[in-house]
Amino acid sequence: MNVTVAIDAGETPQSASEAGPAPKRIVVAYGFWIFLLSDIVMFSALFAGYAVLRHATAGGPNGAELFNLGRVAIETACLLASSYTCGLMALAVNSRRRLATYVTALLTFALGAAFLALEIREFADMIAHGASPQRSAFLSAFFALVGCHGLHVAAGLIWIVVMMAQVASKGFRPPVLRRLQCFSLFWHALDIIWVGLFTVVYLMGVAA
Amino acid sequence: MTTEHFDRAPGDQSMLTDNEEATSSGLLIYSIGMMLAVVLTAASFWVATTPLLWAPGIPLGLAVLAIAQMGVHVVFFLHITTGPDNTNNVLALAFGVLIVTLVVAGSLVIMANLNGSMMPPAELMDMQMKY
Repeated sequence: MNVTVAIDAGETPQSASEAGPAPKRIVVAYGFWIFLLSDIVMFSALFAGYAVLRHATAGGPNGAELFNLGRVAIETACLLASSYTCGLMALAVNSRRRLATYVTALLTFALGAAFLALEIREFADMIAHGASPQRSAFLSAFFALVGCHGLHVAAGLIWIVVMMAQVASKGFRPPVLRRLQCFSLFWHALDIIWVGLFTVVYLMGVAA
Repeated sequence: MTTEHFDRAPGDQSMLTDNEEATSSGLLIYSIGMMLAVVLTAASFWVATTPLLWAPGIPLGLAVLAIAQMGVHVVFFLHITTGPDNTNNVLALAFGVLIVTLVVAGSLVIMANLNGSMMPPAELMDMQMKY
């Protein structure tokens, strides 16, 4: 009996009470992960609203008439590439290379800004053609869902500028590293939401 | 006895992230994820625009491709894996997926049910009255 106890103590990983509190970076990233999941739950409500109201066009234009898949493909490419450069930025940060961090952050920002510019142009075109949010329930749901994602991207762009200023002025200190970690989680989560978005809104809207 | 056992933060690649040598394998992981994501995205756009496929099956195919791509993003970009140091992250993710499924599927089922049991429009009612 003593033998089994000794083996257990030696081989099983430490229990939470023995290991003590987790390091701060893990606690921070886990908390931010919970926030991101709750953000995704909020998006799921907007998705549900859009899916329910998809055919409520009130005689106005429907998705197949409004959406330009070529532009959506470019937007998708921009966001996917910026997610990739954000991953490269995380690698550069992990190995504490300052120049590589700036370059990849600049690429991430440029691609995200290109995405946002294309989306704003799309909204402006739709509103110019009379497809504004107040035209039909379908368009209200569309602008709420896609616009909310666009707002998140805009917030991410501001965030990355702030982070680069912090890296420049404070260097790779632990708090700055934790914020950079949260930023890359945020940016990858936005790309996951965009995958659902271009599938449900644009591709299914054009196909159906 | 003093095995370092910490939970892994979401977004961390492995316990060795602070190690300088981890960069090349990290680059490989991101590149594989990027390639898979590009292939799946291209497949989605092809499925949506091609006239070759059976039209009623297209939404289902698109949904499958989207879920696959989300999985690729979660594994290769967010580095959520099934490792023992990742249990907390996976459990939180599973809870999030549960809520998202309930909200979206529940809304669709309830609204379809309500639409189905709505009173037919006036002209249909008239026809029913006549006969």
